[in-house]
Amino acid sequence: MPGKDVSATDDFVKGLWRDNPVFVQVLGMCPALAVSNTAINALTMGLATTFVLVMSGMSVSALRNFIPREARIVSFICIIASFVTAVDYVILAISLELHRSLGAFIALIVVNCLILGRAEAFASKNTVARSTLDALGMGVGFTVALLWIGVVREILGSNSLFGVALFPDAFQTWTVMVLPSGGFFAMAMWLLLVNWLKTRQTETRSQIQESTP
Amino acid sequence: MSEVSNWSIFVDAALINNFVLAYFLGICPFFGVSAKLETAVRMGGAVSFVMLVASVCAYSINLLLDAVNAPYLRIISYILVIASTVQLVEMLIRKISPATFRAMGIYLPLITTNCAILGLALFQTNRGYGFTSAVVYALGAGAGFALALVLMAGVREKLDLANVPNLVKGTAAALVVAGILSMSFMGFAGLGR
Repeated sequence: MPGKDVSATDDFVKGLWRDNPVFVQVLGMCPALAVSNTAINALTMGLATTFVLVMSGMSVSALRNFIPREARIVSFICIIASFVTAVDYVILAISLELHRSLGAFIALIVVNCLILGRAEAFASKNTVARSTLDALGMGVGFTVALLWIGVVREILGSNSLFGVALFPDAFQTWTVMVLPSGGFFAMAMWLLLVNWLKTRQTETRSQIQESTP
Repeated sequence: MSEVSNWSIFVDAALINNFVLAYFLGICPFFGVSAKLETAVRMGGAVSFVMLVASVCAYSINLLLDAVNAPYLRIISYILVIASTVQLVEMLIRKISPATFRAMGIYLPLITTNCAILGLALFQTNRGYGFTSAVVYALGAGAGFALALVLMAGVREKLDLANVPNLVKGTAAALVVAGILSMSFMGFAGLGR
């Protein structure tokens, strides 16, 4: 069925750009700003969130017919919290240092509005396959957005990328980028760029429509 | 007695490590309801109140979990207990004081998924605060959240009158303002020691 195929790709792709969770929906901002001071932190956080997003999306949509409507939010939160606990212990087992630098923010994935939002808006109404694709798309979009912010902040703030030094010593690092306010500035900058690209896209589209009556 | 005084815990939570501007907790309501000064004040009050309740709850749950040796249940039980406590408090306020309920009613359920609340509970556990310190910490965090929200709302009300380019309007402008606020809050570093 070609129609089904198209919607399946769309489920995945929309999270990457058109409905990007960070830059367009502005969801899940707390972790996006808090742990994006280095690229590696941002990547870990993005992957952890993606994992929780996919697993909870799958579980919620598999159980959607058994969860009573009134108790759905509580059930969703329970499902999400279980996966978050698992991720917390996995990261602790892989790298103690990483776990320390991310701190309580791994546990705070529970209250990431993105995950509950996708569970409520998509997974509780669609099939397992579509929910998984949607969650995967959103997760990848989230990870990429986080990585963008992280890369900018690490290059400008610590003169390195993934811990590897970049420029010669003459480069003056922008300390503000490592500090909390740098997160706000880097995010604002990316948001502006995305906004600009989007308006340009719609303008071109309307121009094309005008020229072909 | 711990070596940190209650006063320094309060100042640390409210100003130096402000929950919104230094830890990025509760960003969603921070941008969502900071458009008007009046709603910001109410939201700040509601959050401070819930923080206090949540902090006491988290302290008792932690004692219980330590007693049965099940730290892996911490995240689940915290979030569930906070959510149900908020519901209970909401019902209680509606019964006791309908006027207060009308003033902050809509915001109470929203607060359940505010990361600042869960963050507070987790931070106080990680730092091993006793009961008094935990309550003081919650008070400080609540005051800091309300302060940040009110400041932001004040700036945004003025910003509405300014001539901002279309592209920057909305979230991007709010982010830049928040960045500058956050930078100015860094001036508090070293205070209250």
